[in-house]
Amino acid sequence: MTTHTVQRVSTGRRLKDRLVQTLVYLAFAVAVIPLISVLWLVIKNGLARFDLDFLTHSMRGIGARDIGGGAYHAILGTLEQVLLASLISVPIGLLTAIYLVEYGRGGRLSRAISFFVDVMTGIPSVVAGLFVLAFWVLALGMPFSGFAGALALSILMMPTVVRSTEEMLLLVPGDLREASYALGVPKWRTIVKVVLPTALTGIVTGVMLAIARVAGETAPLMLTVFFTDSINSDPFNGPQMGLPLYVFDQARRPTDIAVDRAWTGALTLILIVMLLNLVARLIAWWRSPARGR
Amino acid sequence: MAATVHTRDGGSALGRSASRRSRGETPFRYASTGAGILLLAIMAAIAVFLVVEAIPALRANTGGFFTTQTWEPNATRPSFGIAALAFGTVFSALLALIMAVPVAVGVALFISHYAPRRLAGVLGYVVDLLAAVPSVVYGLWGITFLAPFMVGPSNFLHDHLGFIPLFGGDIVAGRSMLTASLVLAVMILPIIAAISREVFLQVPRAHEEAALALGATRWEVIRMAVLPYGRPGVISAAMLGLGRAMGETIAVALIFQATFDISFRILTPQGNSIAANIANRFGEATQTGRGALIASGLVLFVITLLVNMGARFIVARRKEFSGAAA
Repeated sequence: MTTHTVQRVSTGRRLKDRLVQTLVYLAFAVAVIPLISVLWLVIKNGLARFDLDFLTHSMRGIGARDIGGGAYHAILGTLEQVLLASLISVPIGLLTAIYLVEYGRGGRLSRAISFFVDVMTGIPSVVAGLFVLAFWVLALGMPFSGFAGALALSILMMPTVVRSTEEMLLLVPGDLREASYALGVPKWRTIVKVVLPTALTGIVTGVMLAIARVAGETAPLMLTVFFTDSINSDPFNGPQMGLPLYVFDQARRPTDIAVDRAWTGALTLILIVMLLNLVARLIAWWRSPARGR
Repeated sequence: MAATVHTRDGGSALGRSASRRSRGETPFRYASTGAGILLLAIMAAIAVFLVVEAIPALRANTGGFFTTQTWEPNATRPSFGIAALAFGTVFSALLALIMAVPVAVGVALFISHYAPRRLAGVLGYVVDLLAAVPSVVYGLWGITFLAPFMVGPSNFLHDHLGFIPLFGGDIVAGRSMLTASLVLAVMILPIIAAISREVFLQVPRAHEEAALALGATRWEVIRMAVLPYGRPGVISAAMLGLGRAMGETIAVALIFQATFDISFRILTPQGNSIAANIANRFGEATQTGRGALIASGLVLFVITLLVNMGARFIVARRKEFSGAAA
């Protein structure tokens, strides 16, 4: 009986509500379609050449119409470049975040740094590559090399590392710091021994995600690492290859054999990036407070 | 381990602590301040070196840099300009934005208000995965799958809506402005969706409950409480996405046909952008050619900088606003 005294929602309003609900569900479906399509095609087309031969051989001496050839030189190059980029950007990023949170709080310098970190996040990757080209190769006269590529990648990594580390440091309770000060521990030792270990897993997750992001960058490598078909294990000397660059290079070649190699390169690249992502999430989950460690 | 260190430091000699502190404290403080300053220096260096390396090429340019629609910097009388490139950059990014924003807002609403709580986190992660796919893979996907696939729908649009200049033109091709913008839309969707989702989740519970208490349906709650509150956030998310789309290089470099026209016809085989032009022309570039590409990159840098700063400005204003309200 009582339900009848409450006026029911009119048909028009109910229809509108339903319509919007359908549209929202549809939007999600539309967003997932390309993801499924990309992953499906990468796996389907990539598996054809995903073998030991591909992983252990370079493209040296492979003619335009020859079958075979692999991405060993590109995988090696990517690993070296990303490692070097991390070695450059992680210390700088960490220290900058420490400055922002622990030392410079609210000061003019820290506000300026904070603002430009945001600006740096928006730098197109190709511009980072152009900068290293202009600075390292053209102005200083250094050769194209894996290290030059690492410089470009580190410019893209730094703001991500700063932001994620900063967030994690802000989560460390002030009580912990004060307890440490009360024991007479100097500030820098408090940061190194108390604050950083507390935030460590979060920081590691952020760094891994930053690495995963730059591992797939192509444009900056093209302008700094250049191209090569041979194995060059020395990142400080001469052109190298990178996996994203390899995919781009093969995709532009006119034969189906090359496009197949591009797909397999894409599969390898996605596997590396997803693995990094997964490890990052696992670390975050493993130490997350929700799990009641 | 850490505990013993603390007791030794605190217990051994309080009088010595001042000298002990300064021994490690000063270098550490300098190192972290130095890292921050280094970051500022890098930003300044980016601007300075792009300008310095661009100037000789701009001096040698016989055409107007902002008006010329060709790119011949390697010729004996170099002539190059960014008119067509800048147009393509902005036009393709805007098209991508028009396609991506409604879908992204829908996705954000789905995850924040429609999906079951337990599933929401996982579904959000699935959308984030779109951002984890490297851009070169999107390029490969675009050129081998999407471009041939788009020939059908493009012909349909051309046949039935060809009287609209946007869909007009003589030839219809898969590798068109439309296909490139679609790929860009897919690539910027996750970032717009993620930021919008965060903003929608921040809507004060009381606002939504007030609307519910007035008998509003779910859509009416969203229209009256969620969207007005989230609008600045969505706008700044869209601007960040626009910045991303304009700077995207490899995916569009593979799809665009590298022409130099200014044309609004999105189905014809044409299109180019500053970033794509850099990727396509770098290999053949001589000294002037490299300088010319750096000059075009400088323009891209400035455009994306302005768009991003605009987005940050909107976010900052919103923070002040909500802070004052609370």
